[in-house]
Amino acid sequence: MTLTAATPSGPDVPGAHDRPGRRGGNETRTDTHCPYCALQCGMTLTPAADVAPREFPTSRGGLCQKGWTSASLLDSPARLTTPLVRTGGELRPASWDGALDLIAARLTGLQAEHGRDAVAVFGGGGLTNEKAYLLGKFARVALGTSQIDYNGRFCMSSAAAAGLRAFGVDRGLPFPVTDLAGADVIVLVGSNPAETMPPFLQQLQGAAAAGGLVVVDPRRTPTAEQANVHLAPAPGTDLALALGVLHATVAEGLIDEAYVAERTAGFDETWRIAARYWPEHVERITGVSAADQRALARMLAGAGNAYVLTARGAEQHATGVDTVSAWIDVALAHGLPGRAGSGYGCLTGQGNGQGGREHGQKADQLPGYRKLADPAAREHVAGVWGVDPDSLPAPGRSAYELLDVLGRPEGPKAMLVFGSNVVVSAPRSQRVTDRLEALDFLVTADVVLSETAAMADVVLPVTQWAEEDGTMTNLEGRVLLRRKAIDPPEGVRSDLDVLAGLAERLGQPAGRFPVDAEEVFTELRAASAGGVADYSGVTYERLRAGEALHWPVPAAGHSGTPRLFLDGFAHPDGRARFVAVEHTGPAEPPDAEFPLQATTGRLLQHYQSGAQTRAVPELAEAVPEACIEVHPDTAARAGVAVGEVATVESRRGAVTAPVRCVPSMRPDVVFVPFHFPGGQRANLITNPVLDPTSRMPEFKVCAARLVPAGAAESAEQQGAGGAS
Amino acid sequence: MSARRVVVLGYGMAGARLADEIRNRDPEGERVALTVVGAEPHPAYNRVLLSAVVAGTMQPGSVRLHDEDWSERNHVELRRNVAARRIDRPNRTVELDDGTTAAYDSLVLATGSRPWLPPVEGLVGDDGEPADGALAFRSLDDCDRILDAARVGAPVAVLGGGLLGLEAARGLAGRGNRVTVVHPAPHPMERQLDSGAGRVLARTLEASGIDFRLGRAAATYLPGDGLKLDDGSHVAAELLVVSTGVRAETALATEAGLAVEAGVVVDDALRTSDGRIHAIGDCAQHPAAPGGLVQPAWEQASVLADLLTGADTASRYRGTSVVTRLKAKGVDVTALGDTAPAADTADDGTEVVCVDDPARGRYAKLVVRNEKVAGAIVLGVPDAAATITQLHDRGIRVPEDRLALLLGRGLPSAAAAAASPADLPGSAIVCRCNSVSKAKIVDAYRAGASTVDDIAQRTRASTGCGSCRDAVCGIAEWLTSTD
Repeated sequence: MTLTAATPSGPDVPGAHDRPGRRGGNETRTDTHCPYCALQCGMTLTPAADVAPREFPTSRGGLCQKGWTSASLLDSPARLTTPLVRTGGELRPASWDGALDLIAARLTGLQAEHGRDAVAVFGGGGLTNEKAYLLGKFARVALGTSQIDYNGRFCMSSAAAAGLRAFGVDRGLPFPVTDLAGADVIVLVGSNPAETMPPFLQQLQGAAAAGGLVVVDPRRTPTAEQANVHLAPAPGTDLALALGVLHATVAEGLIDEAYVAERTAGFDETWRIAARYWPEHVERITGVSAADQRALARMLAGAGNAYVLTARGAEQHATGVDTVSAWIDVALAHGLPGRAGSGYGCLTGQGNGQGGREHGQKADQLPGYRKLADPAAREHVAGVWGVDPDSLPAPGRSAYELLDVLGRPEGPKAMLVFGSNVVVSAPRSQRVTDRLEALDFLVTADVVLSETAAMADVVLPVTQWAEEDGTMTNLEGRVLLRRKAIDPPEGVRSDLDVLAGLAERLGQPAGRFPVDAEEVFTELRAASAGGVADYSGVTYERLRAGEALHWPVPAAGHSGTPRLFLDGFAHPDGRARFVAVEHTGPAEPPDAEFPLQATTGRLLQHYQSGAQTRAVPELAEAVPEACIEVHPDTAARAGVAVGEVATVESRRGAVTAPVRCVPSMRPDVVFVPFHFPGGQRANLITNPVLDPTSRMPEFKVCAARLVPAGAAESAEQQGAGGAS
Repeated sequence: MSARRVVVLGYGMAGARLADEIRNRDPEGERVALTVVGAEPHPAYNRVLLSAVVAGTMQPGSVRLHDEDWSERNHVELRRNVAARRIDRPNRTVELDDGTTAAYDSLVLATGSRPWLPPVEGLVGDDGEPADGALAFRSLDDCDRILDAARVGAPVAVLGGGLLGLEAARGLAGRGNRVTVVHPAPHPMERQLDSGAGRVLARTLEASGIDFRLGRAAATYLPGDGLKLDDGSHVAAELLVVSTGVRAETALATEAGLAVEAGVVVDDALRTSDGRIHAIGDCAQHPAAPGGLVQPAWEQASVLADLLTGADTASRYRGTSVVTRLKAKGVDVTALGDTAPAADTADDGTEVVCVDDPARGRYAKLVVRNEKVAGAIVLGVPDAAATITQLHDRGIRVPEDRLALLLGRGLPSAAAAAASPADLPGSAIVCRCNSVSKAKIVDAYRAGASTVDDIAQRTRASTGCGSCRDAVCGIAEWLTSTD
């Protein structure tokens, strides 16, 4: 492979050196990783905060614009450096002691009045393993609340649930990313890595060169443009497409019968459904031609090594788990999972989307990917924590259900938010904003004044990636050490420090909540020992020495598990499960009133809610605001022109942004990126209907209409008095 | 309240689907006590897949709709290998040919259709069944017989060049049989295709080894020898597959005094002239349901299940919008809607756009009325066909560029035109990962960055995914050459 990106030692980009070298002239470079997505690209950082890419297997020396500019947030004017407390309706600087004392007093008071569950905790998939772990422990032990969940619910939960039921274990990629380079066919379902994790594209070049890079996406994304085959199903029909491909696989005699017989269970029941989805039938549902469905089945069957990879496009639906299951069924029919050089995987989004879902900030979960409802798990973790297992709360509400009940009689009265900007990232954002306003007390810990922080009663300024030690688990389940490279600004504390300070004020014994990351990690190792995601053999020392450790690592001498399932799947009988799933389609189909389908997604220059990247001048300059992407005819028929501001309305609200005409769009689809605040929030229109298993909202499709700005009637106002 | 006794006569695609739909709504049988009567000995199977069985890519077991213990798991009394003999409407019972009777509160006729055999001398035996070596391609047993009889390489004649006849012909040709299709019309599938499309279709199928005798009828069938046609010519065939249409199976309904025309007449609630008796699928006649296709049967099954279980008593069947698809390897044919508008269409806002490319097996005709797809015929452009079908089914306004729509993926890509670095506008983004425009690269070059690595150093171009490296290289070479 010769496509490895150039790795200059330092860019000569206007602005890159304008920054005052406030942290001295020491040229020592610290090896670290990019703060954004789950690819966790390798980079180095000087104490003067100069970024340079470095060789690392997942990123191969590449960095996108987000990574190159990531250090600019370290000393950005947008950076919070002092606690803020709302007084007289305004956030004003306060002392740390004053802020923490206030929080402890308010939480104690609300819990005394309304019970333990009066306080909720909301975490994030960008938090380090240590923070995620300690946050879960803080909620269950220091607060004793069941009401904790995190934004990974909006990200990875559908793939996680589908992976669990198929394989018995959920690890995004159950193989190293670099294995992909040896595949001749790779099918990306609802994934746009050319924008979301650009250096990852290097891993796809082998398949592309072999003519086998397939992208399934309703939009012709930059990734689809690079694919050999682009299949564009109607939004919300990915599941049907998988059934069509499975049908073609069987009908053309392409199924791997020996593998299905020896390594799987449940095929017959799955086939009874797939048998009803012959490609011509599926063509009418999806708009993907029967010929293309059959061609994909043949490509997969003819490949030496092949992968099926899903991402948010397949997963962020009220049928997200079933959709992923349907694609896993395709992979199983072709004998891919559990075979070296082939497989199924999910491309994790957030930086620590993997680790963040393993260590206990999820409503139903304890560290080590243990289940909170499992008595043995409770006993083990309670033992590590030195508390009575019976004192641990029961599983609580999932993310959107939690947000939706805030400030209601039956819901929490206060919430602590760490590393999440739900005002922008949660579905049906106006409703979520209303719920946050209804709280008696809102606390956020963040690096900038995000839209959620701006609503808080107390805002705590915390450290970011380069200013602290911590581990991240990347998209392939490899545990990475992100080392401190730079001193944090005066006045900023780590999230661990915040939790320890609050715990102490809430009456926890000294030392139960350590502030040192390595110490927390040592405790996490013990808590995860024997669990599915067993980190007990991972140490900072081994990570510092550069060992590539993929979990499970059940002992100090264990070299990790780069490839899962080679000898068997994690179900008791060692077999993977076909799961019989049925296509039902989007929860809100288009109709005469809302004839278009709106879908949401990401742009290269911004990350998640944009709280960080919008504060980076170079990124904000490249893409300063949201846009509404539509087919030129759709724009013309709505009476709006390129560059004009228009409104996309749904039954829940309206988002307003300039129009961009894209001839490759389906004429019945409108796309809005979700990184932007205020009236440009794509989530003002999204449908919060949830997947019954993963509780994932349906971000990727809702019925909508396009109108010139100003012509919109506010659906939210119209519906304000009614039921949801 | 006790469960409503529902008896379904017929365990084919319609009857089996109805049973599934009822049990989806009433899994434990609390509202509907269900009896299904089927004349065939097999479990219900998917007729749509029979061509894959003939082609040899699927085992007969894989086309089953239900497994052996389906009825037990789903609380269904299943009577296989049993036929209904008579409906006793006053007593609300059905007499079965094993001497038993089944009592019903609601009766559903899902008896399907049977092949119609044309008046060809020697074709029909004394028992009314096809003579030796001749068969219809309708059942799993027919598949077995085709596979038994048609040794690889043997000549086979297919009588009837409609949809099913062509699918059978293509399947047999795929197995290595020499296939001749005899069809009385001037081109195949004349019910769905115009002559231009029919010509392209015949030509495409001929390329896969199928001979056509068009505009000819069969006069005589000689078992083991073949067909003699009405022009006196001879078609050699060890096996004759007859696919000349079907007739609704209505004997029971007629005998019971129900209103029967071409099929058992039903309304939007799938009721026959007796409100306690319903009919769905091929045996039924609904004004907006085309015959011989599975989709109307399935949609009717869903509606009737709503009604019989009480899940949605307002549910009604309003008809099925048919998209005809030929399921034959290497041949993509789609036909839908009104494809033959009156010659002078300018007045009523109807447009017809047509592309005819017989040498490459492509033909596309689009009829647009009031900005919506009114009809289309598409051959050999499968992605265009899929897009047009979506526009039709979803009632989406047709894009302004009708021709681009018909060309589908064959449309020349705009990206290819901008290959030369000189032609790129300065604002064109060369490196997407780092938002680097051509102008920035030119600036870097002018400032002394002459190699790709220098340009990367200065602009970050190519330092993300690396896929623009060739483009950056091309711009550097172009700049060098113009210095």
